[in-house]
Amino acid sequence: MDFQSILSAATGEHGLAVNPWAAIAYLVAGVLFILSLRGLSSPATAQAGNRFGMMGMTIAVVTTLVTHVPWKTGDATNSYVGPDLVGIAEILGAIAIGAVIGIVMARRIAMTAMPQLVAAFHSLVGLAAVAVAAAAYLNPQAFGIADAAGQIYTVSRIEMGLGIAIGAITFSGSVIAFLKLNGNMSGAAIMLPGRHIINLGTLAAIIGLVAYFTVDQSPWVFWTVTGLSFLIGFLLIIPIGGADMPVVVSMLNSYSGWAAAAMGFTLGNTAMIITGALVGSSGAILSYIMCRAMNRSFISVIAGGFGADAAASDGASKEQRPWKPGSADDAAFLMSQADTVIIVPGYGMAVAQAQHALREMGDLLKKEGVTVKYAIHPVAGRMPGHMNVLLAEANVPYDEVFELEDINGEFAQADVAFVIGANDVTNPSAKTDKTSPIYGMPVLDVEKAKTVLFVKRSMGGVGYAGVDNDVFYMDQTMMLLGDAKKMTDDIVKALNGGGH
Amino acid sequence: MDFIAIFSIFILACFVGYFVVWSVTPALHTPLMSVTNAISSVIIVGALIASAAAGSASSKWLGLAAVVMASINIFGGFAVTARMLAMYKKKER
Repeated sequence: MDFQSILSAATGEHGLAVNPWAAIAYLVAGVLFILSLRGLSSPATAQAGNRFGMMGMTIAVVTTLVTHVPWKTGDATNSYVGPDLVGIAEILGAIAIGAVIGIVMARRIAMTAMPQLVAAFHSLVGLAAVAVAAAAYLNPQAFGIADAAGQIYTVSRIEMGLGIAIGAITFSGSVIAFLKLNGNMSGAAIMLPGRHIINLGTLAAIIGLVAYFTVDQSPWVFWTVTGLSFLIGFLLIIPIGGADMPVVVSMLNSYSGWAAAAMGFTLGNTAMIITGALVGSSGAILSYIMCRAMNRSFISVIAGGFGADAAASDGASKEQRPWKPGSADDAAFLMSQADTVIIVPGYGMAVAQAQHALREMGDLLKKEGVTVKYAIHPVAGRMPGHMNVLLAEANVPYDEVFELEDINGEFAQADVAFVIGANDVTNPSAKTDKTSPIYGMPVLDVEKAKTVLFVKRSMGGVGYAGVDNDVFYMDQTMMLLGDAKKMTDDIVKALNGGGH
Repeated sequence: MDFIAIFSIFILACFVGYFVVWSVTPALHTPLMSVTNAISSVIIVGALIASAAAGSASSKWLGLAAVVMASINIFGGFAVTARMLAMYKKKER
């Protein structure tokens, strides 16, 4: 028995009749995708990882193109038999259109807008999965998932039903997430009355219909599943508030993976299954990390309404406590005299576009012999790792940037903690006050530093969680009120002109 | 391939994913999302099969639409990841 026939024997009757060499090529693509994620374990190997991903994708696409050439078999009007050149041109044209749009989007996007871009990309994966599942339903023989009479295999019906449901949820959920992140839709949690009953009923209907699809492949079953899945995607994400969007984006990342895996089952394609499993676990782990960083259970995020709670507690009367104002000159003097300064940036810093000024401030301090470090809370940005990208864009070296658990012990030895655009993630009540809505959330121990400089727009505003921060009123805290970028620019000016 | 063989690959790949993703440094979680987004567009394989198949015009056009969408993701996802990763620099010494 030669190699070809051994492999042919291994690829059984179910699924597309795959050329064994093609099956190996898909497996190689899958392995390259694993190596691609592995590369991200360190910034030093990450670019190589990205290239592994590109190689894997090229192998998968080229293998499919050469094993599935559009073919003309000749008919009454045209006896031409051979490759369908128009069909080939259409496919290559479709790839080219996508390539141009994708590359232009990737070049133009501002780094602050990464969460929106990722949400938009997720919606496209979802919609592509829906389109592929629908195409497979309409032409099952082409995918090798139906018998001669056009009856789709039972296993394939389940896979296809799950694929279209997950794909549709990914699409509509990502569209809502995009609109909320992009500011086209209020970030507040929108609560429908009886939404839990509506959602559970819709989910039950989808599961019931996918089960029924195995005995009846009528179009109404298929399209009803599709429609209900689009609906549940909207309903699930609408009640989730802006503060929980990092979890939502990660969750949709996971869904897009499971959708790809479901289609991989339909096609018996190992590259798709491996990728789907990788992406599915990746999104799930990121959701878990984000939930843990906010001390929220996954269920409570899905149930939604976090933003609404915050709005309700806003009305509570607050006692007026004394606090100490400071100027840019004071801040410049304090930091230039320090041995160690830990900078705690939050999303407010990025909104004010202060990251470049902040890096300039850090450079000047380093020239004065000050050790400068950056402390990043996992939810400092609008998606996992977002703040690290924003600092990297401002040319902050990645070995000066530390995660919460790596730097929290160092605040006690630091002379200055410089908090800019962050609030809830520094609130010590998360550690001590059991009644606080953020109790249990891991926070940065800025209050342990000898001096805390807190850049904030005004004393009136509160963070997402709507709770007051005791750090404002401590003896060693100096409040620097003003726009984050203007304040940082003024500090830079003071450092330049001060001549300490 | 029979279902059990495929299912085995899937379960094993979930474990590989679990361990590989936990080893990703938190500083690179945003590029992780953009690159997983790009590779999940391997769904383009299904789209290409649908576009190339004879027998159903609607199936073919759905396939071509999916090829465009998946290509946007593939090119956009890898390009934006490369753009981000190029910004991560070590301290100059």
